[in-house]
Amino acid sequence: MLTKVKTKAGHRLQILNEEGELTAEAKNYPMMSNDQILESFKYMQMSRIADEWAVSLNRQGRMPTYAPNKGQEANSMGSFMALRKDDWVVPAFREMAGMLQRGLPLSQLYLYWLGNEMGSCYDVEKFHMLPIAVPLSSQTLHAVGLSFADKYKKTDRVSLTFIGDGATSEGDFYEAMNFAGAWKTPTIFFIQNNQWAISTPTSQQTAVKVLADKAVAAGIEGVQVDGNDLFAVYAATKLAADNARKNNVPSLIEGFTYRLGAHTTADDPTRYREEKDVLPWIAKDPLIRLEKYILNNQLMTSDEIESLRLELTKSVKAAFNKAEAHDAPTLLDTFQYTYKEMPELLKEQMELIGQNGKEEL
Amino acid sequence: MKTQTLLSAVNDAMMVEMKNDDSIIVFGEDVGVEGGVFRATVDLQNAYGKERCFDSPLAESGIAGTAVGMAINGLKPVIEMQFSGFAWPAFNQIISHVSRFRNRTRGAMSTPMVIRMPYGGGIRALEHHSESMEAIWAHIPGLKVVIPSTPYDAKGLLIAAIRSPDPVIFMEPKRIYRSVKQEVPEDAYTIPLGKAKVVSAGTDVTLVAYGAQMKEAMAAAGMLKKEGISVDLIDLRTIYPYDKETILKSVKKTGRFLVVHEGPTTFGVGAEMISVVTQNCFTELLAPPSRIAGADTIFPLPRAEKNYMITTERIVNKVKALVSYDV
Repeated sequence: MLTKVKTKAGHRLQILNEEGELTAEAKNYPMMSNDQILESFKYMQMSRIADEWAVSLNRQGRMPTYAPNKGQEANSMGSFMALRKDDWVVPAFREMAGMLQRGLPLSQLYLYWLGNEMGSCYDVEKFHMLPIAVPLSSQTLHAVGLSFADKYKKTDRVSLTFIGDGATSEGDFYEAMNFAGAWKTPTIFFIQNNQWAISTPTSQQTAVKVLADKAVAAGIEGVQVDGNDLFAVYAATKLAADNARKNNVPSLIEGFTYRLGAHTTADDPTRYREEKDVLPWIAKDPLIRLEKYILNNQLMTSDEIESLRLELTKSVKAAFNKAEAHDAPTLLDTFQYTYKEMPELLKEQMELIGQNGKEEL
Repeated sequence: MKTQTLLSAVNDAMMVEMKNDDSIIVFGEDVGVEGGVFRATVDLQNAYGKERCFDSPLAESGIAGTAVGMAINGLKPVIEMQFSGFAWPAFNQIISHVSRFRNRTRGAMSTPMVIRMPYGGGIRALEHHSESMEAIWAHIPGLKVVIPSTPYDAKGLLIAAIRSPDPVIFMEPKRIYRSVKQEVPEDAYTIPLGKAKVVSAGTDVTLVAYGAQMKEAMAAAGMLKKEGISVDLIDLRTIYPYDKETILKSVKKTGRFLVVHEGPTTFGVGAEMISVVTQNCFTELLAPPSRIAGADTIFPLPRAEKNYMITTERIVNKVKALVSYDV
């Protein structure tokens, strides 16, 4: 199964090369249908445009701190495409393309980044997805718990959780893989190794050369794929998901990618990396090679791609406007979700805030 | 009715509740075959199988973190931290996720679970086995914190905690795990969270305590009664959200207030009680609202444990001082 994917450094799985051509490996692995390829292209493109729009609005003061996905889109896209729509996904915070494909409206994601909790109010039954998680690697344990419950309820759902390269230094990541291994839960751990944890390169995180090898510590399988290659990500996740679904086997996938943008809009990468380091990765952009493949195989014409981009740009702007126009949370909203029923102590505090210091002793 | 200790009542609560609700699962370190190091989960695996009561890997963050996913996906985890002093690796999961999912998702997801942990000193234990850190848990929005002091309350409060839609930190006073015995109904019943209990009504001084400290508080009230001092003794039972109404009603009647707890004095539960009493009963007070609490020290190893523990005499003397206080 998964062991077909070689994990040695320098042997990461690649199916779609930088020229947009299939490699010799392609025939050995599951492949997306043409419809799936076009669907992926659409959401990756949408994510890229939404990213650029958010960064530009941040500069205008209309968007608070935002974490861009630029250059990493194939990781969430390929893995979401390999899952069923009712499989659980537990994201970190750079999985926009996949989350959009799952059906989450872009306006809702924007609402989150605009600082409104309603942005994380997902319909669980509809999306089977947890909201963006900030405390690094802590969410990986939630995926194991979700899987445990599905196993307990005898469904055949799997769960997939994302973390970054820096977060693999956190203890919860090891605990999560270890619990999944010990409990045999159908859980897939997906590392988006973009090689930077804000300003700290992977070489400063660990002596491990291939992050996928960390799976060894938990007794589960780990594989490394070219994270800028949609087809490699899809193939590895498909194999992992099929195996998890059928045999309750957890596994680890590392998508080797690169963060083309800043960590967030509050970050200035020129302080810690040079333009010449970034340049080679611009050529490895997952969207460029996918577009080449689509044109080479006549799945779309360049005119069609151009009009898709125009259409997506319009819908991205509309989604942002919708999120920006959303009502601000009320005082009651801030209080009423702390507990199912608001305790008296909280009701009193809410009243005092409402009175703004005018209460009498 | 059956005679139970606080410990066996905790076990009984899980036993009856698991029968009523298939979604309840119990796990933690050594809770399965062994039934826990104190035997709080004994026989649950025999009764309900390895799917519903089982040993976890030895990792507290993993226990709490997986419980988050289980709770979101429809299960009701009742997890054990073997000792409250071992809960800290799980602190990040509890403060960052367990307490926050309902608010983070505006009610779309929630993480109802019970996190049980034996706590408190006086059992001649190793380091990290004796602390009373309830104030830390009570300071986290989104959690409820419950501490029983009798077998009857332990069963009723734990069943209420299991049925609670919100996560509950359930702290068990291990010093009195086996020392208090009481007749307890065999069926399921609940004691509402957030409600204190007036253990004995009195008129001279309000005395608030909870958990193992109720033992010394009750003994003190008994001794004071013989000397003609009438104590309104309140068992807090829920640390958060605490029963402000019952406390204030009592202090308005007595005019004197003393709170006793084992946890450190500064920023402790008593600090909050005194603040609320002072603000709400200022004109009715006949003496300074006071506290007897643990020192702001590291809890000593067994040879020096007596330097830390609160004695009945100390409570008696403090109450007498409050009663004779001359404004």
